[in-house]
Amino acid sequence: MENVITTNGFDVVYKKPATLTDTPFHYCPGCGHSVVHRVLMEVVEELGIQEETIGVAPVGCSVFAYHYMDIDMQEAAHGRASAVATGIKRILPEKYVFSYQGDGDLAAIGTAETIHTVNRGENILMIFINNAIYGMTGGQMAPTTLLEQVTSTSPYGRQHDLMGYPLKITDLIAQLPGAYYVTRQSVHTAIAVRKLKKAITKSLEYQKLNKGTSFIEVVSNCPSGWKMTPVESNQWLAENMFPLYPLGDLKVPKDK
Amino acid sequence: MEQKNNGKTEARLMKGNEALAEAAIRADIDAYFGYPITPQSEVLEYFTREMPKRHGIFLQAESELAAINMIYGAAGAGGRVMTSSSSPGISLMQEGISYIASAQLPCLIVNVNRGGPGLGTIQPSQGDYFQATKGGGHGDYHLIVLAPASVQEMADFVFDAIRLAEKYRNPAMILADGALGQMMEKVVLPEEGSLPKHGNNWATVGKPSSRERNIITSLYIQPEKMEGINFELQEKYSRIQDEVRYEEINMEDADIALVAFGLSARVCQKAVDLGREKGIKVGLIRPITLYPFPKKVISAFAEKVNFFLTVEMNAGQMVEDVTLAVNGKRPVFFKGRMGGMIPSPEDVVTELESIIEKISISQD
Repeated sequence: MENVITTNGFDVVYKKPATLTDTPFHYCPGCGHSVVHRVLMEVVEELGIQEETIGVAPVGCSVFAYHYMDIDMQEAAHGRASAVATGIKRILPEKYVFSYQGDGDLAAIGTAETIHTVNRGENILMIFINNAIYGMTGGQMAPTTLLEQVTSTSPYGRQHDLMGYPLKITDLIAQLPGAYYVTRQSVHTAIAVRKLKKAITKSLEYQKLNKGTSFIEVVSNCPSGWKMTPVESNQWLAENMFPLYPLGDLKVPKDK
Repeated sequence: MEQKNNGKTEARLMKGNEALAEAAIRADIDAYFGYPITPQSEVLEYFTREMPKRHGIFLQAESELAAINMIYGAAGAGGRVMTSSSSPGISLMQEGISYIASAQLPCLIVNVNRGGPGLGTIQPSQGDYFQATKGGGHGDYHLIVLAPASVQEMADFVFDAIRLAEKYRNPAMILADGALGQMMEKVVLPEEGSLPKHGNNWATVGKPSSRERNIITSLYIQPEKMEGINFELQEKYSRIQDEVRYEEINMEDADIALVAFGLSARVCQKAVDLGREKGIKVGLIRPITLYPFPKKVISAFAEKVNFFLTVEMNAGQMVEDVTLAVNGKRPVFFKGRMGGMIPSPEDVVTELESIIEKISISQD
């Protein structure tokens, strides 16, 4: 047991939640995915709902989310996580169900499922990681890629006349009557992480009310895809993404 | 066609689609997910009416893509679930079906086959035989495929398909057609609650501390692991061969074997009667399971009959499996109609007479 740091005489103030497995994250250094995974699993642990939570992983960088989250999980086809989550929740309405998707998965190939899942007001939590790029396939343009942003499929920058505009899908989602709670958060600073944790906690608590979908966009980074250091990527995110994707609640429960 | 009467007297006159839906409710399905498409919308509509009354879940999805992925999620959560569609919609589902086959989830998929390709026609067809029996989507997999030939079998095969799907943790398909879906016949419905549910210890229902987490996935990045999954699937498909089912009609003394499934088999049954009236000793082999395919019985009859005539409502699909089973021992002929057309019994007899004449000329 030489690797264990004894904490005799100290209080443990921070530790890996028991709801995360011991598998090391495969994510690039500085990537927001690991932080969101961790925060999500912290909330599951704190709410004591590990035995009642079922997650759905997407296709994208977080395709192996189920390697890390120590809960029952399903791996969905590209874009279909919210349909899979719908199937689970309809069979197990008493359980906590969440889907976890990136921008290409949720806002391009899965747009129909995204809109209709929320429009039905499925009582699930949808987590949407927006880093404005297809990370896993090597940095291609995403639906949320900014105008003029350079990616491997917009090498001269995204031009709206040829490639359309960045899709603010969370703003669309907030218009739907089935949406109960819609918020846009980030993980670029410690304060942002704490706010995200609060949003996730609220969302999972809301799920018991059976009043509709909770939708959390996390504006995140992709140091490898953006070809930046983690620090640079967090600065770039704050300067370039927040003007288009401002943080804060887009829809809050009226009856709270 | 043989009408199974399980010793019960409750005979009703029903459309094929409605008999199928009622049987599914009696088979205790937990949920139906689907999307409207002709000629199977009655299935959807029947569930919409009945499921709320009978404690089942019905959800009209935004697309066939969504529906099949809801099936994936719900089956993975341990539910007994089904969907139905018709040819173009089944094409849309293929990606999801491949995932379901790979993740080894039991479910029932019903294809009320219509004429294609493309948007095609809403008239009956068997043009989806290849798609149903050879996999349909990407990768090496098979569905268990049952082909009803009557409204009675539209109902009965729901039970059989679900039983097989759950026994093998494999998606099962009922391959019907627009005529079987729409036509009305007398049907004795299976008894409600006669299909017991078993625990699914692999399902994602929430992980108790007493076990490892359950993962429903089809992703194995390491090729060694993915090949292992493929070996597991292939071993399962070889076990599934034991479930082969077929019907022989007037084959005892037959010189000629018709081979047909589903509605074509109904046509051929009449053709057998007409042919025999004309002194042609013809019989019918009707595959009931299209996968597994009854190759042994066809191979055995290749030692007895003079030739085979496969009759299908397509350009010639099952005939390839018949030809493989016959393995060159006897000639295999094909008669088909396409694009929503149904061959008549007279067409089949005329084809038989023409083949007999050609063979006798070539023997002179």
